[in-house]
Amino acid sequence: MKMIDTAYLIAFFRLAAERLEDARVHLCTLDGQVGDGDHGTSMANGFLAVTQRLRTVGAADLPPDAVLREAAQAFLAEVGASVGPLYASGFLSAARALAEGPLPRRDLHRLLEALAEGIAQRGRAVPGDKTMLDAWAPAAQAAARAAQMGEDEPAIAEAASLAASRGMEATATMVAARGRAARLADRTLGHVDPGAASAALLVRVLADLARDDA
Amino acid sequence: MQRFLNNPDDIVDETVAGFVRAHDDLVRLDQGNPRVVVAHGAGQPGRVGIVTGGGAGHEPAFMGYAGRNMVDAVAVGELFSSPTAKSFLDAIRAADGGAGVAVLYGNYAGDNMNVRMAAKMAAAEGIEVATVVANDDVCSAGPDERERRRGVAGEIFMWKIGAARAARGGTLAEVIASAQKAIDSCRSVGVGLAPCTLPAVGHPNFQIEPGTMELGIGHHGEPGMRVAPLGRAEAIATEMTGLVLDDLPPPEAGRVAVLVSGLGATAMNELYVLYDSIATAIEARGLRIERTLVGNYFTSLDMVGATLTVMALDDELSELLDTDCACPALLQERRV
Repeated sequence: MKMIDTAYLIAFFRLAAERLEDARVHLCTLDGQVGDGDHGTSMANGFLAVTQRLRTVGAADLPPDAVLREAAQAFLAEVGASVGPLYASGFLSAARALAEGPLPRRDLHRLLEALAEGIAQRGRAVPGDKTMLDAWAPAAQAAARAAQMGEDEPAIAEAASLAASRGMEATATMVAARGRAARLADRTLGHVDPGAASAALLVRVLADLARDDA
Repeated sequence: MQRFLNNPDDIVDETVAGFVRAHDDLVRLDQGNPRVVVAHGAGQPGRVGIVTGGGAGHEPAFMGYAGRNMVDAVAVGELFSSPTAKSFLDAIRAADGGAGVAVLYGNYAGDNMNVRMAAKMAAAEGIEVATVVANDDVCSAGPDERERRRGVAGEIFMWKIGAARAARGGTLAEVIASAQKAIDSCRSVGVGLAPCTLPAVGHPNFQIEPGTMELGIGHHGEPGMRVAPLGRAEAIATEMTGLVLDDLPPPEAGRVAVLVSGLGATAMNELYVLYDSIATAIEARGLRIERTLVGNYFTSLDMVGATLTVMALDDELSELLDTDCACPALLQERRV
């Protein structure tokens, strides 16, 4: 059985760092419409910092929850902005979901739920606030539903990715209630939330990993 | 616009490096963290430490306010981006002299979260931390939602007052009370005439149409209250003054301090043109201006525009404002 284990997490961070580097300018542009234009930089630099830290600490020999804790430390040490503490809290929460060891990949929703919960608690946000949570929360729900319906691993991850993308698109119809964008209120209508966009990108990475690995 | 750049991605590191070299009589880099600027004399045993921090691109804020009888340690973030929790923690450690540390910072989502995480980590090390969150920008939320307002140039008065209280031997609670009183007595407004550009992005991240101005603009270009046709300086000054004073509780005995700061790409002479009309408008309300600062004290990269901050004074704030200090952005000798 394929597992959410150390190798899986390392592969995720590596591919995510690449994709975020490619999306750096796009995410900054999105953020410039509703915020201060730094989101692409924070995310790309943050995931780069994670991959560097994982190399430095020899993550391949660590249990999966320790890999996520190292990722959290990288975000706390290297990424400021809002995404630093938000993803650090998300990774720490996800690490607790892996405390007993690797999870079957069919249980992707448990990882996503824990991540979403950590982010929600730190940011004091709920779905509908036009934040990254509007991609993470539906992704977790869709993964749970697909697993329940007996879908295979690639289909579960694909369902999560589709839900994250739809959630991201839905943020364009929302008025920001959290974060710096909240200060613009009505003027955020019509714009996709950059945090939701990068979250959807990350869930897409999970789906691509599942497909390539199938 | 043509710029002095090497690799745009290195701009913050290079800014900090140049800053510390230029002002090594007052500040140094933290030993373990290249994103923490520390005043000489920080961590003096028994004195409350003063910490702040924020994104880069606001120079001379935030690190320019590290110095003697001013901020002890400053965490520096990426351009327009909160410093990391680790940098805030290292700043708190550097400022700690055993009497507690006051973190005096601005109300932004990222800064709030990173300071909160840093304070928790510091508490675990036995350092007592208390915070004041600046919220002086009147246009960022209504008067009934002051807790949602952003912190802007009023932070300079907050640091000055809090640090002066610490220099006079105040306890952590006293420092916090004075700093809180300072920011509660401050109101600010910004006007943007042209947007700013993150060098690595290369184009402005918002637009201000020629012939218009953004009234109430934020320190990162956050849209303000409204877009208005660009008027004469006198009219802009009068409108800014009205926005600030209408929101400010009436000053005791009508005494105020005034700070006019450029946003980065406005010439100094224009700031004085603006100040002249601002002073007239303030005095027309029967207020007396006791202290004035005009200059580039808190900028937003290369934004064209200016901010106005008015602080209502009483005897305590006046006395603390007059306390000697020396930091790269502000040198104040005792008045005679």
